Amino acid sequence: MPSIITVEKLSKAYRIGLKEQVSDTLMSAVTSWIKSPFKNFQTLRRLNTFNHNGDAEDVIWAVKDVSFEIEEGEVVGIIGRNGAGKSTLLKILSRITEPTGGRAVIRGRVSSLLEVGTGFHPDLTGRENVYMNGTILGMTKREIDRKFDEIVDFSGVERFLDTPIKRYSSGMQVRLAFAVAAHLEPEILIVDEVLAVGDAEFQKKCLGKMQDVARGGRTVLFVSHNMAAVGNLCSRGIVLSNGAVSFEGNAESAVENYTRSTIDMAQNAEKQQDQFREKWCKPMIRWAHIKDGGGVIRSSLPLGSALSVEMAFDTTGFSPLKSPVMGVTFNHEIKGAVGVINTKMCGATFKDGPYTSGILRCHIDKLPLLQGFYTVDLWLGDSTGNHDVLMSYLVFEIVATDYYNSGQPPFRDFGCALLDASWECEAMPLDALDVVRSVQV
Amino acid sequence: MNVSEQVSEPVINVSRICGETIEAALPPGAHVTVIEPHSAWRLVDWKELYEYRDLFRFLVWREIKVRYAQSAIGIGWAFIQPVCSMIIFTVVFGNLAKVPSDGAPYGVFSLSALVLWTYFSNALTDGANCLVSNVNMISKIYFPRLLMPMSAVAARLIDFCIGLVLLGCLMAWYRIVPTRGTLLLPLFVGLMVLTASGLSMWLTALAIQYRDVRHAMNFVVQILMYAAPVVYPASLIPEQYRLLYALNPMVGVIEGFRAALLGTRAIPWDFLAVGAPSALAIAYLGMLYFRRRERLFADVA
Repeated sequence: MPSIITVEKLSKAYRIGLKEQVSDTLMSAVTSWIKSPFKNFQTLRRLNTFNHNGDAEDVIWAVKDVSFEIEEGEVVGIIGRNGAGKSTLLKILSRITEPTGGRAVIRGRVSSLLEVGTGFHPDLTGRENVYMNGTILGMTKREIDRKFDEIVDFSGVERFLDTPIKRYSSGMQVRLAFAVAAHLEPEILIVDEVLAVGDAEFQKKCLGKMQDVARGGRTVLFVSHNMAAVGNLCSRGIVLSNGAVSFEGNAESAVENYTRSTIDMAQNAEKQQDQFREKWCKPMIRWAHIKDGGGVIRSSLPLGSALSVEMAFDTTGFSPLKSPVMGVTFNHEIKGAVGVINTKMCGATFKDGPYTSGILRCHIDKLPLLQGFYTVDLWLGDSTGNHDVLMSYLVFEIVATDYYNSGQPPFRDFGCALLDASWECEAMPLDALDVVRSVQV
Repeated sequence: MNVSEQVSEPVINVSRICGETIEAALPPGAHVTVIEPHSAWRLVDWKELYEYRDLFRFLVWREIKVRYAQSAIGIGWAFIQPVCSMIIFTVVFGNLAKVPSDGAPYGVFSLSALVLWTYFSNALTDGANCLVSNVNMISKIYFPRLLMPMSAVAARLIDFCIGLVLLGCLMAWYRIVPTRGTLLLPLFVGLMVLTASGLSMWLTALAIQYRDVRHAMNFVVQILMYAAPVVYPASLIPEQYRLLYALNPMVGVIEGFRAALLGTRAIPWDFLAVGAPSALAIAYLGMLYFRRRERLFADVA
């Protein structure tokens, strides 16, 4: 029996924009203006992803020689940082875009969910959009007729079924969209992490539904940043980096591998900072470190120790910061965000700038986190808003120690918080218990 | 890519042996999808289109529904557009410029062409814009892309039918009895839809990469109108150029339509003999071009 999905040396090239030439004289400005339609035409033509020799300088390989096999009933998580090629791979497998090279064979009916509510039109009613979205996802009208009541029940919007969905709250729209998606019955489900947006309750519902699908013996391909979801849902993990498969194995080891590579990256991070940035960022953060209480740069710290996050900024090329705001988010590698703190929230203010460059430091006397791997997001802004962020840029490990001096480190699998407590025990006869209670009430 | 071949499973019907069919236990036909780069020209996968027929229906229906959503007159606009053009043309070309109308009242003469032309130009405009205005769908999910221009063109047929009713009323008013040629109506409509689809496929596949198409559409449609016998009869065209003129499939369609309904002339078989192959060629090449560009849509959009 051949694998349900076979991917062989799949590759996809895109062209990136070359640097614009800026004209410096009036004459060259005029000629370049006259030439611009031709140039624009050339640029538009170059959007064509198929006519090129692969080594041209403006070609980037979003996915390069990716091969793997997936057996029936497996739930596979694909992880990797921004720009590693996850989405491109997904788009190729769901036939939205064509590969430049290689081949994939899929044996079964595929449904791909890169977003919920594709084809929803604000002017159509809830009922109409269910049919529209359902048929786009590949269901037939009869199938939808059959499941319609179930879908509506699941979405909880039955009262508004005949109202155009532009009158819905965004939450209701998402619920309706998800309800349709949840009632697909494909043999293979390809899901992007976009499903993991929305409020916590909705996320839980999504993940719960995914678990049902997975348990139902269907094959699922799941792309995510969310290590917790991959760890919980998937039986196998594939780590992509720079468009190639860098690790393949069971989900836990894939998550671990990914975290390790994040640590490695963080060690020579200065060169590759942009991989940690969001699109809107102005690259102002120059470098950042984690130091222990003694001011020594560390990547591992014992339980309950002091920690400082040090961040250098440089606003060259942008307007200087009036009054810098620093934000620090701690994330557990699997369990997700565990805490955030920033200067504004704490009421810390610095004397008015302008600051063109400098160092911001955040000192925490005792970090109340359990042993494990953590990443740190760094935010830089000022009174006008956020300017730069490096997501998961710093990585450190909290090492288990005999924190309580009990000969036993704290359990690592119960949450992330390191708690301190004092304990008491008082022996007391039974009738005295009620007396104590009545006195207290 | 998108070669979705259905590998036919041997459907074993053992109902005669054990009294019940096991067909239900078998998968409903195992789908095998091969994804790989295609370089050659590809033909249309009719079977896949057929599998997506429900989506086609809903796309058509969405177009219609959305077009007249939240408007007071709603579908009434399908009346107003040809009627207004007819009035203007009758005043300007019929009364002022005294353009001949092959003996029919100018109002009916121009409305008969306008019903066709309004459909054609609207279908063309919608068709050319269909990919650009549905980019979010194209970049998020797979479905046969041909459904987009096809549904855009098909959705305008509702307006066309309303136009026909209008024309019928006007003919009744003038007491014009349609000739037996009316039986050819499906042929004319077929040629018109074919031409509109072919051009739409061509234009929309270009428009997704070069948005210039959208800007050019308005006046291209206008120019095309004067290249067809909408405001004037084809009899004004000099004899030696008529067959060249008939390469525009709309010439045969409009003249034939008038001949059939108004009896202004004999059915123009010569125009149709040139126009029909031309319409077929336009549709076929448009489809081919669309299929060739299809793989780029998500990348260039």
